[in-house]
Amino acid sequence: MIDGRLRFDNYAVGPANRLAVSAARAVVESPGAVYNPLFICSGSGLGKTHLMAAIGNGLRAQHPGLEVELLSLDDLVDQLNAAVAAGHADAVKRRWQSAGALLLDDVQFLTGRAETQSELLRMLNALQRAGRQIVMTSDRPPREIDDADARLLSRLAGGLTVDIGVPDFEMRVAILRHKCAERQLELPATVLDEIARPPWTNVRELQGALNRVVAQQAIGDVTGPPVDGACREPQVVPAQSEDEFESFLSDVAAAVAESVESWRVQLTECIERWDRAGFRTAMLARVLAQPVAPDVEALDARFAAACERLRAIEEDAVRLNPALAGHPSFRDPDRLADAEALLLHAYAAAEPPPCPDPRFTIDRIVGAPTNLLALRIAATVIDRPGADYNPLVLTGAGGAGKTHLLHAIGNALAARSSPARSWTVACVDVESWTQQLIAAMQTDTVDRWRARYRSCDALLIDDLHLLSGKERAQEELFHLFNAMHDAGKQVVFASALSPSKMTDVAARLRSRLDGGLTVDVGCVPEAERVARHTPVSPGDEAAAPTIDLPATDPIIRPLPGASVVASSEGLVDEFFLDPEKVVTDWPGPDGRIVETVP
Amino acid sequence: MPVVDYPGREITCKIVYYGPGRSGKTSNLQYIYERVPAERRGAMVSLATHNERTLFFDFLPLELGTISGFTTRFQLYTVPGQAYYRNTRKLVLQGADGVVFVADSQRRQQEENIESLRDLHEALADQHVDPRTLPLVLQYNKQDLPRDLISPPHLMEEELNFRGVPSHAADALTGAGVFETLRSISELVLRRLNATSHAGART
Repeated sequence: MIDGRLRFDNYAVGPANRLAVSAARAVVESPGAVYNPLFICSGSGLGKTHLMAAIGNGLRAQHPGLEVELLSLDDLVDQLNAAVAAGHADAVKRRWQSAGALLLDDVQFLTGRAETQSELLRMLNALQRAGRQIVMTSDRPPREIDDADARLLSRLAGGLTVDIGVPDFEMRVAILRHKCAERQLELPATVLDEIARPPWTNVRELQGALNRVVAQQAIGDVTGPPVDGACREPQVVPAQSEDEFESFLSDVAAAVAESVESWRVQLTECIERWDRAGFRTAMLARVLAQPVAPDVEALDARFAAACERLRAIEEDAVRLNPALAGHPSFRDPDRLADAEALLLHAYAAAEPPPCPDPRFTIDRIVGAPTNLLALRIAATVIDRPGADYNPLVLTGAGGAGKTHLLHAIGNALAARSSPARSWTVACVDVESWTQQLIAAMQTDTVDRWRARYRSCDALLIDDLHLLSGKERAQEELFHLFNAMHDAGKQVVFASALSPSKMTDVAARLRSRLDGGLTVDVGCVPEAERVARHTPVSPGDEAAAPTIDLPATDPIIRPLPGASVVASSEGLVDEFFLDPEKVVTDWPGPDGRIVETVP
Repeated sequence: MPVVDYPGREITCKIVYYGPGRSGKTSNLQYIYERVPAERRGAMVSLATHNERTLFFDFLPLELGTISGFTTRFQLYTVPGQAYYRNTRKLVLQGADGVVFVADSQRRQQEENIESLRDLHEALADQHVDPRTLPLVLQYNKQDLPRDLISPPHLMEEELNFRGVPSHAADALTGAGVFETLRSISELVLRRLNATSHAGART
């Protein structure tokens, strides 16, 4: 909306603004042809908005078919945000870009608004390409607009930049005459001269002085105090009523509002609003202390999104565990990660993931030269989970005891629980895991299903080779693995195939498996089991070969009489086939050191 | 510089009423105290002798409430005007964000006014404060006295206001000009907020 009262014919022209007015008139004569963009800059209250509106009114009068858009940068941002929220941003952008002339007021507020800058740059490019007129005003020249894109600045300054200076005495008198004419006031020339005499630095002050004189006249007080500055000699101002303090307070408020940078005021209001909503605002307060103006709106939007997320997390967490109500991390966007961890734990506590089978323990595994390396690695993992071999992939033929060892590792890790820290270990086979995922997808509870596993301290997955062809399960496992691994949590897989042979598994997942250690669990020879009366449960192929009576120190000590060197040679060769693994000090089994090549 | 504590969202301004003895500095503060609602003012600390002359200093904290999101506090101080309390004056002046110089308009006090103004400049110089940069407002007090006893404002201007700072004629006992003076110094002080280093401590 262009104020029809702001025209060229009531705009006083003097040496301070002659160039700006000439350029403005030229733009009205030939929009888009000369001075495009026209950039008008001046201090506050010197008439740049009047001149811009005069251009708008002039364009409409001389070019009736021309569509003229006049808006401030703030309006532009507000309208754009509203349009984005309503889903018709493109329509609004098209409207602006199709305007015959775009008049943009107060573009100095571009400072720090990266998104607005890029949007404006696109708009200016489109308008200029189409030969449309652009006029902008600012309280500073383009080069002094802080924190602005260099390309945008070059566009702003690419036409003509004109400034409007402080009006001189004659111009001040002319302005006063215009103002009197508008208001149909008749003041003697000497009075106008007197009002205009102080060196007012802005037209609004001048208008204020005129208003005070008019107000004094209206109440018939012609002896009232002279206009501020019109007389240097101070006069005794009689004390007023009890409102003195309130009046003082209102002046101070105005002075503070003028003096504190607008973005700080805006940000402070945001902080107060979020404080009142019960959220910790240290994140915003840190920005407030910085010297550079941020994009407050974007910052506020991000903070609002974080608060909204916290509210949702709290709602879910409290539903699972009412004791979590009012937890401080639900009120602090700085602690969003803590809040999410709380929710994960709440999910896990409410629906714990499958745990390892307690029947399978380390002390029931028979150490044999064929599985000694795997047992030794398992011992390291149990001792330092997440540190050395992460992930650990146990491979071996069917019935070699991979499942036993996997569950045994899980039980040993779970046994690390203490009053100070509990250990949650998830142990599941791929088939069950996939079925759980499908069930979660059916009930739209995939997030909760994920949370159950992500909150665990260790993840053990059996029958990994069965992932072949299960694309969604592979993707979920990929993300779950990344989350666990990044958090330093131990992941152990058991698979009939080594990762390199799982060709139906996504390469990105395979490469992650290769990043840890793959170790073969060799079968305990049948003869040894028979000789030692190993009980074999019918159908329990996975557990049967290695379940035995408890052995003393079974992990690092081979069975008495076993020929370690002779029987392990084949394994060593097979192990060395994997180019990413090195075993040194072979073949002495007690002195094996397994390293992962970086 | 006025302290702007952005993280704490507080603005604190220290304003010192300076001037010769018995010029009316304490009267200014008393008048302000009486006009400020009780919930917005702290206890006025006034250390005075039995004949009501300030021995050390007066202190009046004003809570102006939340302005533009900032909890705004003014701390008004007076200094003892008597010549022999120079050290106390320097102490009170430390960290001042603005100074109101309360001059006694009585003709016979002109020498004291000039002496006190000179003393103010010396005290500021001792603290490495450039008097030209510190917000200063002059108040010509006691303008209610008979004309033949006082200098009119324009003569006071000629005598004291060589820097052309804002000035106000006043009668602190009745309150005339008191709030105008406070308003004037407040505006000067608050205008410097932008120049204040963010979250910085008082220097």
